[in-house]
Amino acid sequence: MTYEFLQHYWWFVVSLLGAILVFLMFVQGANSMVRSLGWTPEGRRLIVNSTGRKWEFTFTTLVTFGGAFFASFPLFYSTSFGGAYWLWMIILFTFVVQAVSYEFQNKLGNFLGANTFQWCLVLNGILGPLLLGGAVATFFEGSNFVVEKASLTSPLLIEGGGQAISHWANASHGLDALLNPWVLVLGLAVMFLARTLGTLYIINNVNDEDIRSRASVRLLGSAVPFVVLFVAYAVHLLTKDGYGWNIETGEIQVIPHKYLNNFIEMWPLLIMLLAGVGLVLAGIAMEVWRKNENENENRRRHKKYQGIWPTGIGTVLTVLALLLCAGWNYTAYYPSTHDIQMSLTIDNSSSSEFTLRTMFYVSLLVPFVLAYIVYCWRKIDSRKIDKEEIAADEEAY
Amino acid sequence: MHDLLLTIDAGTIDWSRAQFALTAIYHWLFVPLTLGLALIMGICETIYYKKQKRADAEASAFWKKTSKFWQRLFGINFAMGVATGIILEFEFGTNWSNYSWLVGDIFGAPLAIEGIVAFFMESTFVAVMFFGWKKVSAGFHLAATWLTGIGATLSAWWILVANAWMQNPVGCEFNPDTMRNEMTSFWDVALSPFAVDKFFHTVISAWIIGAVFVVAVSCWYLLKKRHTQLALQSIKIGSVVGLVAALGAAFTGHISGQDVAKSQPMKLAAMEALYNGGNAQSLTMVALVNPLQQPDYANEQEPPLKIGLPYALSVMATNTMDGYVPGINDILNGYTKPDGTRELSADEKIVRGKLAIAALQAYRQARIDKDDPEAVRQLQVFRDNEKYFGYGYIRDKSELVPPVGLNFWAFRTMVGMGCLLILFFGLVLVLGYNIPFLSIFSRRLLAAIGLLPETEADVPASGSQPKWLCWAAIIMLPLAYIASESGWIVAEMGRQPWTIQDMLPTWAAASDLQSGSVMLTFALFLILFTTMLAVEISIMLKQIKKGPEGQ
Repeated sequence: MTYEFLQHYWWFVVSLLGAILVFLMFVQGANSMVRSLGWTPEGRRLIVNSTGRKWEFTFTTLVTFGGAFFASFPLFYSTSFGGAYWLWMIILFTFVVQAVSYEFQNKLGNFLGANTFQWCLVLNGILGPLLLGGAVATFFEGSNFVVEKASLTSPLLIEGGGQAISHWANASHGLDALLNPWVLVLGLAVMFLARTLGTLYIINNVNDEDIRSRASVRLLGSAVPFVVLFVAYAVHLLTKDGYGWNIETGEIQVIPHKYLNNFIEMWPLLIMLLAGVGLVLAGIAMEVWRKNENENENRRRHKKYQGIWPTGIGTVLTVLALLLCAGWNYTAYYPSTHDIQMSLTIDNSSSSEFTLRTMFYVSLLVPFVLAYIVYCWRKIDSRKIDKEEIAADEEAY
Repeated sequence: MHDLLLTIDAGTIDWSRAQFALTAIYHWLFVPLTLGLALIMGICETIYYKKQKRADAEASAFWKKTSKFWQRLFGINFAMGVATGIILEFEFGTNWSNYSWLVGDIFGAPLAIEGIVAFFMESTFVAVMFFGWKKVSAGFHLAATWLTGIGATLSAWWILVANAWMQNPVGCEFNPDTMRNEMTSFWDVALSPFAVDKFFHTVISAWIIGAVFVVAVSCWYLLKKRHTQLALQSIKIGSVVGLVAALGAAFTGHISGQDVAKSQPMKLAAMEALYNGGNAQSLTMVALVNPLQQPDYANEQEPPLKIGLPYALSVMATNTMDGYVPGINDILNGYTKPDGTRELSADEKIVRGKLAIAALQAYRQARIDKDDPEAVRQLQVFRDNEKYFGYGYIRDKSELVPPVGLNFWAFRTMVGMGCLLILFFGLVLVLGYNIPFLSIFSRRLLAAIGLLPETEADVPASGSQPKWLCWAAIIMLPLAYIASESGWIVAEMGRQPWTIQDMLPTWAAASDLQSGSVMLTFALFLILFTTMLAVEISIMLKQIKKGPEGQ
């Protein structure tokens, strides 16, 4: 295994974690609609208990995504988190309040009331995907940061003034990203995708006709904006310039249609992207079609409520293809709009060969982790959640 | 380029330190109970499993109810542990970006492994534990309960490997071309003796918290004359776990003390308020050390009103009564170590550190200028002095001395409470069980001093605890938490000013942020976490008042 292979491998692992994270944000999507999907307190409780059995997968994937990025591309971790401080802090605050919102909301002694925590879930449900999607957009749009390793030995540091190796080039610390309309486009696309996934998840997981029919009605309300925004972003991405790096000189250059070139030169990714998009649309179409067909036909022709699976798998494939396109093929995955030569690539921001190789062996555990997650997920979902279960289960949220 | 860039102001560094301390202290309010209660609820459910296998319907129903009760309380606490934990994962990046680059090659790996191996385990199986009672077999459910605790414990392992590496950086080398430290041995990092000792000490001390919690809640039930059977059985389990853990914490603490003496002599000197060391040093039990102000260690021989235990510090640090223990002034002024080698003075280290930094800068410039002979020369100068690289950032040697008062009193709080807890659990145990000789002896002794009615002096234990001991248990709970936090204060405040011992002081490690931004996020975390803590305590108290189901 060469150093170059390991860097590509770890970009793949980080991209896969990111892709799975976007799929798992069906939790956020469903939570953002808790008040519209569940018109009664019992209905809302059903939604909360449904996502409440899955929220830790999303949360843990986010934490592991951060940890994996730290371990494999520490210069990104230090530059992005230390620089885009406010962007990440807002994301983290919403996840912090989400973490207690399930456990606390319906318990005796919750003096803030169930509504407070439901609003926390709505807040995380909207801002989480929106800002994470926006953060991913900066991989393509660029960010206003500076990286200067020589700062470590600058006399200014020794005098006690101190200079960081990487920092944001303005005082907004990440919030300026939201002024770029394309960042907002992708952020909103991810938010509507999360709501689409959330709707399909609720339809699959909650055995309640009332909630199912309400969710069905709302599906297109999320799916259509998602498709429009995603197509808009995709067209923008495939026509825009990107930053590529020259392997001989190490210099970073502006390359017209860089991302389009990436998909052409790495055509398996293009196939993955198209397959992913196809599956996402298929899942949505399945549910729309199911709703319009009569019940008997459904039972004979195909399983009910399975739209989440093609859309979910399609999401993973699509996001994976996009993220791989951002970092592979000598692309600068974290462009600096301040100084192009300070952009981050998988070559100049990764950990040492020793560390990447050591972590490679650790990553071989991931299939085992996935296996027990799938096994437990199936056990928990062996019976779809309904009002009787919530009423009978003293451990329910 | 340098002139254009902002300098990090001192306010940012101190607010960043305060924020990390705040978030870590809050996180540590919940993690010990997770680890400790996981052990006890695992024991309870194992007993349930055995009873239901033997078709003992009454006992199995009781133990199932007991397990579910402790698991419910576990769940309320677990959510807070998770909520306060996520910020820490990212806070190295948000507030300590220089640190993240300079040592991320080593430090990032344990954090990633923690996520992959431990977090997924605990988060997956905790869902099965809570919601799987009717969906999986009793055996699988029992496994899920234990795996939740094992996942949490594995998580502790990896984060403590990371923290141990901050205290004692091993298995790495500074690469002047990439401008960072790089890992050279994974096993040196993952299995460093410092990490192993720290892990056992930390996890065992967490079991104390779980045990005190269970005993305190159960004692409250005894006082209210409710759920007596659950209370008595839980006290039996809690007191055994507590006594074993308290003794274990003392033993592992002693071993950790030796690690500190070897790798962080200044931390030991600070927590002992040992201004001037030597051979055959006594351990200070108590002294008049100002907790809020740095003492005048340069001019004072020792703190006033010092009451010492002869030879005990030498024994603690070196396992010999005559062992040499350096004081603050010895470390600052230089001293001869027992093996004959000389530990340089702070001034000498600072000079050599500055040489290393200058050589590094010159080396990088020589590489840019393609001046190979100069690069080789400067690299040699750097390597000769790189051991003291971090000292090149020290402005005044007084910065090398951590806050003595805070460390001194935090250490005494931890050890004092630890001793009290050994006594406490011992007492609960001998009164709760029928231990030959010991139980009768204790009961007669307590009766003689009026703490037990004469009528109860000679009877076999019913398991019941006297009222005053029940009240003591309830008071012990917050005290045990204070002791637990005090331990971390010693660990982290004792290594100041270093983020990585001897390598990187705090002011070279932070992110370049305006102090106002960090002040604001500090305030937001304080308000948010305090509110969440208040809700959690309210829910916990209501749940305890409600008691287990079915009664």
